[in-house]
Amino acid sequence: MNAIMPYVFPVLFALVIVALLPLVAGYIVLVERKVMADMQVRLGPMRVGPHGLLQPIADAVKLLIKEDIIPENADRLLFWGAPLISVTAAMLALAALPIGPFFQIADLNIGLLFILGISSLGIFGIVLGGWASNSHYSLLGALRSAAQLVSYETSAGMAVVGALLLAGTLSTRGIVQQQSDSGVWFIFAAPVGFFIYLVASIAETNRAPFDMPEAESELVAGYMTEYSGFRWALYFLAEYTNMIVVASIATTLFLGGWLRPFANTPAFNFFDYLPPLLMLWVAGYCFRRTPKQPVAVQKMFIAAVGVLCIAVAGILIMPMAAPSGSFLASSKPGIHGAFWFLFKVGAYIYVFMWLRFTFPRYRFDQLMRLGWQFLVPLSIVNVMGIGIGLALHRELNWPAAPSLLLGVAITLGVAAYLLSAAEKHEHPRVGEEEETPVDA
Amino acid sequence: MVPIGHYLFLSVALLAIGIVGIVTRRNVIIILMSVELILNAVNINLVAFSRLVGSVEGQVFAIFIITDAAAEAAVGLGIIIAFFRNRETVLADEMDILKW
Amino acid sequence: MLDQVVFYFFALLAVASSILVVTRRNAVQSAIFLVTALLATAGIFLSLDAEFLFIVQVILYAGGIMVLFVFVIMLVNLDVALHQVQFNRQWMVALIISAVLAAQVAAALAVSRKTLYALPPAPAQALEPNTERVAYSLFHTYMLPFEIASILLLVAMVGAVVMAKKRV
Repeated sequence: MNAIMPYVFPVLFALVIVALLPLVAGYIVLVERKVMADMQVRLGPMRVGPHGLLQPIADAVKLLIKEDIIPENADRLLFWGAPLISVTAAMLALAALPIGPFFQIADLNIGLLFILGISSLGIFGIVLGGWASNSHYSLLGALRSAAQLVSYETSAGMAVVGALLLAGTLSTRGIVQQQSDSGVWFIFAAPVGFFIYLVASIAETNRAPFDMPEAESELVAGYMTEYSGFRWALYFLAEYTNMIVVASIATTLFLGGWLRPFANTPAFNFFDYLPPLLMLWVAGYCFRRTPKQPVAVQKMFIAAVGVLCIAVAGILIMPMAAPSGSFLASSKPGIHGAFWFLFKVGAYIYVFMWLRFTFPRYRFDQLMRLGWQFLVPLSIVNVMGIGIGLALHRELNWPAAPSLLLGVAITLGVAAYLLSAAEKHEHPRVGEEEETPVDA
Repeated sequence: MVPIGHYLFLSVALLAIGIVGIVTRRNVIIILMSVELILNAVNINLVAFSRLVGSVEGQVFAIFIITDAAAEAAVGLGIIIAFFRNRETVLADEMDILKW
Repeated sequence: MLDQVVFYFFALLAVASSILVVTRRNAVQSAIFLVTALLATAGIFLSLDAEFLFIVQVILYAGGIMVLFVFVIMLVNLDVALHQVQFNRQWMVALIISAVLAAQVAAALAVSRKTLYALPPAPAQALEPNTERVAYSLFHTYMLPFEIASILLLVAMVGAVVMAKKRV
């Protein structure tokens, strides 16, 4: 019995995550469609279920019963295996993520590097999928997508290194602990790093404005062209799981993980009541909309959603209402931590969606130029800037804030220079043409 | 830890398979892949001894070998691409321009 | 017991994948089996308490070098090459020589069996915390090779770019 105990909770969490993830990804798609509709001043899916809440279920059923088409002369084993590689890599990366101080499958010493490494294995799923489809569009889309992923992985990794300098450890729990100990989230200590990671992670997940390889008007759908039905659903699931992984990394590294805002100041303890109040507000909204539903089934459904929100609010209030010292009270960091973590991940994904519906798409050469000629030098200088700031603070005992600000200022200076150089390249003055490239 | 001899046997097995690959195959890319196999065999050897002795130097050496392998793979594949552009072939037997 | 199971699993996977690497006709399949062999090697590193090396192997070798290989295979893939003879005329000699080499090393190991197996493995704590120790070693004792490795990578980058550029 004692030999099995250490394995019970991780296996349980893993099963819960694997079972819930397709549902969660489906609902993120619904949220995206609703947000897109809201930004385009329309309503989005409203037909299936009240307010379109059952849309993902309908989509899943449709994808499952679709005909499974395999192109002629396609490499069958690779065609079958490529989406599996993508999904496996994406889900495996969730193993080291801390959803709260208690809900974590494995607290590895090398946690953050593990997540980065396993997500970089997802590139194989894309490249092999494009190759196995035996079609020109797929191959070109796959190679473009893989080139984009590899390019932005470099700058994402360097941005992560910048924040790791502040954290001093690769373990995800240790990083959040360090943010709790020093009292400041790393986004305030390394804002340029956060910005670089934001841009690089959008490119990493093939989201707009970096979605040239899979945009509908280019190359049909890139590497996913020949995939239909459930195989396409697997690729889709992999993409949204990657979004969740990337948002979780950013939350852990930059946004304080499971920490409540102002976690160390007792004056802000009323923030502890915000989660249950938020859930009660959502429940109130559901109950107000109940009489306005046209059909009785939809009335019951939205009332059920309201009751569910009240139940979650109850779970969030319980640790605070229980007598201190009991087991319930000691579970407060775990439950509230999980709520704050998921809230921040949701906010980051909302920013992804916001950027998708705001900016036009980058052309592929512009994308590669942005990756290699702007983000990579900027992220390297970011590491140097944070290093200089930390050295001034730790070795010469300057106060923390000015030294880190100096580092940020150096990085912003270099960013300004790089942007002006890029501007001169795009719009050369009349008479100041570029030299012709030397024959190598 | 499993007895050190097991790791050494595994290392030799991978080395032998890599040598067979280099000497036998005609496709230059597969020859390069066999070279990577041999480098991996050496890495297993180094890390096994690092664990036996309790010092981290074997792992540091293995990191340098991985770095080296990356550099060599990049340059080797660049050469293959350049050659392919000229001669349209990737078979080692047909790369005999310098033969007299 | 668990140690043995893990070792045999990864060892058999590595050897089987390597044999498949050198015998496949299709270069893409060879590349995939090489990825499997590299991941099996990474598993062996992990079982030897070398966690940093495990993740470096996954990121650099499997996630970097092999992606490069797959790219190049897709760029130079010829259907003509698929249908030609895959092995040259010396395959029998190569097999015999490799077998002799493996047998020689096995004999050497068998001869020194008593002294080699008598060494007890160091306690696992000697390698903990792994990343910090490797970093200390890299940045203190082996700083010069570290810097030379970075120059080597720069040279390789420039060389690869120049090699693969299109002549205008």
